[in-house]
Amino acid sequence: MTKILVPVKLVLDYNLKARVKSDKTGIDLTNVKLSINPFDEISVEEAVRLKEAGKATEIVVVSIGPAKAQDALRSGLAIGADRGILIETTEVVEPLNVAKILAKVVETEKPDLVFLGKQAIDDDSNQTGQSLAALLDWPQATFASTLVLEDGAVQVTREVDGGHQTLKLALPAVVTVDLRLNEPRYPTLPNIMKSKKKPIATQKIAEFGIDITPRLKVIEVHEPPTRKAGIKVKTAAELVDNLKKAGVL
Amino acid sequence: MEFDVVIVGGGLASLSAAIRLKQVSKMDGREISVLVVEKGSEIGAHILSGAVIDPIGLDALIANWRDDPESPLATKVEEDAFLFLTKKSGYRLPNALMPKLMDNHGNYIGSLGNVARFLAKKAEELEVEIFPGFAATEILYDEQGRVAGVATGDLGIGKDGSHHGGYTRGVELRAKYTLFGEGARGSLTKQLLAKFNLAANSDVQKFGIGIKELWQVKSKNFRNGLAQHSFGWPLDSQTGGGSFLYHFDDNLVSVGFVVHLNYSNPTLSPFGEFQRFKTHPRIRGVFEGAKRISYGARALTEGGWQSVPKLTFPGGALIGCAAGFVNVPRIKGSHNAILSGIQAADAVAAELAKKNPAPEFTAYDEGWRASPIGRDLKPVRNVKPLWSRYGTPFGIMMGALDMWTNVLVGKSFFGTLLHGKPDYACLKPLADVTPITYPKPDGVLTFDRLSSVFLSNTNHAEDQRCHLTLKDASIPISSNLPLFGEPARLYCPAAVYEVTYKDENIKSDPQFVINAQNCVHCKTCDIKDPAQNINWVPPEGGGGPNYPNM
Repeated sequence: MTKILVPVKLVLDYNLKARVKSDKTGIDLTNVKLSINPFDEISVEEAVRLKEAGKATEIVVVSIGPAKAQDALRSGLAIGADRGILIETTEVVEPLNVAKILAKVVETEKPDLVFLGKQAIDDDSNQTGQSLAALLDWPQATFASTLVLEDGAVQVTREVDGGHQTLKLALPAVVTVDLRLNEPRYPTLPNIMKSKKKPIATQKIAEFGIDITPRLKVIEVHEPPTRKAGIKVKTAAELVDNLKKAGVL
Repeated sequence: MEFDVVIVGGGLASLSAAIRLKQVSKMDGREISVLVVEKGSEIGAHILSGAVIDPIGLDALIANWRDDPESPLATKVEEDAFLFLTKKSGYRLPNALMPKLMDNHGNYIGSLGNVARFLAKKAEELEVEIFPGFAATEILYDEQGRVAGVATGDLGIGKDGSHHGGYTRGVELRAKYTLFGEGARGSLTKQLLAKFNLAANSDVQKFGIGIKELWQVKSKNFRNGLAQHSFGWPLDSQTGGGSFLYHFDDNLVSVGFVVHLNYSNPTLSPFGEFQRFKTHPRIRGVFEGAKRISYGARALTEGGWQSVPKLTFPGGALIGCAAGFVNVPRIKGSHNAILSGIQAADAVAAELAKKNPAPEFTAYDEGWRASPIGRDLKPVRNVKPLWSRYGTPFGIMMGALDMWTNVLVGKSFFGTLLHGKPDYACLKPLADVTPITYPKPDGVLTFDRLSSVFLSNTNHAEDQRCHLTLKDASIPISSNLPLFGEPARLYCPAAVYEVTYKDENIKSDPQFVINAQNCVHCKTCDIKDPAQNINWVPPEGGGGPNYPNM
């Protein structure tokens, strides 16, 4: 039977406008709503569907972050994951270091599959899944849009330029999921209530013995330039004139 | 699911009631299960207020909250300023003349949303079950007609009524007692008022709409702890309302404008008045080089002492702004919301301790008028009626005089004045008024509604039934449009309502359009529609604005 590990990340809620800190060192996260990364939510949903179909036995969600990252784990548990692991740190952990820590978690948890969101919507790195597969030397399929679990293998259809590619991977394997894979359910109130009683084990990041010093230095974060107001033109000729003036034509 | 107490709405009154219930439960060593449901995506997401906060409520609820490292209130009011504005100029009223009832000394400036988040944390530590993202849409009654809890709305029903992918049935939350803390003009509260005839012996409820922006200003324009209020321009003498402008935290300025919803000119736009207010020469300087961070709006109750309905009914009670405890001249109500939550909780806990709890815990209704809430509201009860009758500034002067007499001789010469007509009945026909026109926004200091709503982070799940329901779909075009120019287009601060034409030039074939996804849940349409034809019901839980620190 199959055990699935699903790493989840707590990010600025997708409904909110990111606001740059006044010193331009990053995004202001004080007093704003943080939620589970939407791609990770899809990963959890897929794992839970497999469990409901009797194809998976246990789903473990894991998150790396501050104590508040528990909220992302609770979201996963409310969808239907069985237990959580919180690896606590207040530092920024870059994707490669996340992958190194996850590789250690894989060593102890021994899952058959790791489902990750293809990327987190805060930094859009899209690196963790790939790095993890490389570190574990496991097969990987990225951007999964359909997934079929078979005996000892997983068949993944992934979106590529101009079409779909279907891969078959021997387990254990790493799969990163895309938007089209499923539509996550609304966690019901009774399930949220139950999720509060599901176990979350907390570990300090130092226990993993991995140097998480960032390799990148953020020089500046700034907002995209504001769009200039448009003008209304009366005739097609005037439009062409203006386009020429703007050097577009 | 069954609980001892279910609380609808996750605002200050509700969270305070929840905390107090658990405090009593710990003290007495008996279990009281408490559940709070909140339609916003998280606690605080739908909370919007000035806010200058009188700590009397927090003091009564949480000992030493000031020393809490996570205390949400860091800025004390350092200076009170009252301005009377004319079109070109402004006069600061001498503070010595201001009635003591309006003094802000000892009060705090902050974000009420953050106070709610702080209280939610305290409540969760006490094992209150808090469920944001779930809207209570239905009141449950038992066979005796007693309120027996609420049901949350179904999720995943499309515009056409069909179920889509994530369809999830709502759940019944049954309770021995249910407290309704929905805020001003709550949708379930409205049903309760009618069903139990709670307002039979009280005056009509009055409302205002408050629109607020949060700005980060240049340090040189920042005056920590300044609480400034104005009345007068841009409102005419017959329209009640005014502005607030509070400096707090890290170069933040909270600026807002309240328009009393008994205004009579249907071409008035509260949003337009607010934008225009910011351009006043005495005001605009603060915003030079500043950045607007957030926007939102919410209706508030203004009826006060004489409009508070009966608070209890079999199986439950109204708390906070659902009952209407705002003190209009003090421009604050959150302290009374907290106190009402505490009082209701105490009454509930006392009832639960009995062998045979009565269906109605009347002690709460019987007690509030003699409590600090009553003592806060009674002396100012005539301010709003005087303002409505005699306009600005004469009515305000009479109101101030009345407050002084209340302070000096302990009573009012007017007795208790009534409010007159309900707000929806105050509009004059289009033909009888001078239309108001508003200047175009400059995109720097003044803005249009859509770019403002954008800053409220408002979102609703796309395919769902419209939550702004019309009792009669023809009224907007057949009656509201010819009579009043369909005022929903103007009083809505979120550009939800539009009237579109096939040919704009000849105004042919008008259509009433409802952009429900913009709705910031302020409830103004439910209050002000002259035909009382708009019924605001909760959309899917989790929808609506996502206010950060409003």
